[in-house]
Amino acid sequence: MSVMGLGDTATSPDVASDPQAVGLSPFKLGLQRVRRDRLAVIAFWVVAFYVFIAVFAPVLVRILNIDPYALDREAINDFGLPAGRFGGISWDHPFGVEPGTGRDILGRLMYGARVSLLIGTIGTILTTVVGVTLGIVAGLRRGFIDGLISRLGDVTLAFPSLLLIIALANPMTQRLESWGIPQGNTARLTYILTVLTFFGWVYMARLVRGQVLSLREREFVEAARSFGAGTGHLVFKQLLPNLWPQIIVFVSLSLPGYVALEATLSFLGVGLLAPAASWGIMLGDSVRYYRADPTYLFIPGFTLMILVLAFNLLSDGLRDAFDPRSDRQQL
Amino acid sequence: MAALDAAIHPVSSENTMLYFVIRRTAFAAVLLLVISAFTFWIFSALPADPAALTCGKNCRPEVIEANRERLGYDRPILEQYGSYMKGIFAGRDYGEEGASIHCSAPSLGYSYDRHECVTTLIAKTLPVTASLAFGAFVLWMAIGIGLGTMAALKRGRWPDRLATGFSVIGVSLPTFFLGLIFTMVFIIWTGLLPFPQYAGITENPGKWFSSLILPWFVLAIVSAATYVRMTRNGMLEVMNEEFVRLGIAKGLPRRRLIVKYVMRAALIPIVTIAGLDFAFLLGGALVTESIFNLPGLGKLTLAAVVNSDLPILVATTLVAAVFIVVANAIVDVLYGYLDPRVRVK
Repeated sequence: MSVMGLGDTATSPDVASDPQAVGLSPFKLGLQRVRRDRLAVIAFWVVAFYVFIAVFAPVLVRILNIDPYALDREAINDFGLPAGRFGGISWDHPFGVEPGTGRDILGRLMYGARVSLLIGTIGTILTTVVGVTLGIVAGLRRGFIDGLISRLGDVTLAFPSLLLIIALANPMTQRLESWGIPQGNTARLTYILTVLTFFGWVYMARLVRGQVLSLREREFVEAARSFGAGTGHLVFKQLLPNLWPQIIVFVSLSLPGYVALEATLSFLGVGLLAPAASWGIMLGDSVRYYRADPTYLFIPGFTLMILVLAFNLLSDGLRDAFDPRSDRQQL
Repeated sequence: MAALDAAIHPVSSENTMLYFVIRRTAFAAVLLLVISAFTFWIFSALPADPAALTCGKNCRPEVIEANRERLGYDRPILEQYGSYMKGIFAGRDYGEEGASIHCSAPSLGYSYDRHECVTTLIAKTLPVTASLAFGAFVLWMAIGIGLGTMAALKRGRWPDRLATGFSVIGVSLPTFFLGLIFTMVFIIWTGLLPFPQYAGITENPGKWFSSLILPWFVLAIVSAATYVRMTRNGMLEVMNEEFVRLGIAKGLPRRRLIVKYVMRAALIPIVTIAGLDFAFLLGGALVTESIFNLPGLGKLTLAAVVNSDLPILVATTLVAAVFIVVANAIVDVLYGYLDPRVRVK
């Protein structure tokens, strides 16, 4: 345990005599290291800014006096293109307006942040819960169950996932609607989250399974077992605390992936549908106008890219901090 | 002599290898069987009635029923799967004698929307995707390994920062956004390239090249980002290993040490991952093909999604799965073959 406390200022030399002294958990140790990584801290605040906007979008829109759904005929000319330079940027529409409809781009970007972060967050939570559960079961039970889960993972990974997600999007959404899930974008959202979990759990499960296989042989687990600890105690008190670092790194990797995937699906026309505000829909729409109105391509594009970039930088920082094998410290 | 040999090496390494290859092939075959069954089942269980999709919107029920029988959609699903599998190996006739259409083996179904055998459609589109995937692969390996090696050798200095920066921006660029930026810059603003119109390499090599150069770079930049990181980290890890220190102590020239020992050990896992990525791409680069208007497998799939052309969707899923499974098997076998350290274990 003393090794874990290394670098912790609270561990005084007379740690052995101090009954209150506890080794820092790998989680807290990693958190300390992240705080010292300047790039990761900046990335964190960028992500926090996006989250803030997503959460308070309805309020912010009212304060700024913009309406993401209102059609503004005044703002577009007879050809359906934004009136004025740079995609119709003006005091009323700080980021310009959508060609064709005249809807405010800033407002739509704010509501788009909700869609992106909602899918990213819920998708990651679902994937993680399923992956961690199956990983722990496989690693702890071993034998037949382990074989079953591992082979299931092999089969899942052998599917061309993006292709299948796109091919099944429309008919599966119909199926969900026929099962009573509200029509339209609710059903589409449900479909996207379901397939993300279906194809995404394997990586997490493999990671956790490997960890559990080695952890279960360690002395502290053996000790707990010899005291008659039940499975619940083993999983929640002994194994999970040691799995957090891997889980956090995985989560930080899958979030940007899901955000980008949602945009890709909407771009291809199999994600959410207008009038819902999604960055992917805007980008897909911009293809029709980009010769005349490049602003409409660049603003949503960079909005998406900056969020994904911030997530990736944050995830790099977390990996360096939580993964003892990572070698950025050698720099 | 042979007896002595057998005593020293109870199981010769070639036998182990052969056994491994056989086992791996059998596993791949089972995997493909499971995948084909699942794919077939999920597309059949969809609410879309394949028979109703065979003719336009104002279709008489009699025609739908006739088509259902003609294409075998009235049979139990297991029987349909059976004839599908048989069609792959023996070819298949769709419909009765008079009006039947023959699709020779390997028959992957008949597209009622396009009135063509699916295999023919795939044979037409696969070369496009293969051209795209192959060129992108060569480029991304060159960029990825080049920048990654540079970063590892100049660790902490500006080439490293440059490569790492490229890598993190590259992974954060969604493929379609980069594709659109490239179209904007190189086609619309500067007019350096014409709007891509694909032509086969044999019929018009110039057009072939000019239609593929942008998509190659888009895919290469997006994919190379990961490879820069993997190469850099892999090389740094290998450089700390004992056999490298031994090489230094032995006085091996630095260049030889890096190329022959460090790069070899660091690149083997990377090349194997690249094989999988390449196979994945072969199944259809949906986004890139759709942006650059390339008539490949991905475009075929997207068009089939729009038209609810189920036979094409089943077939493209299966073809893509075959690429993935076969590449996985090859990579597993190659890995043991290439890396002496794995072979010893």
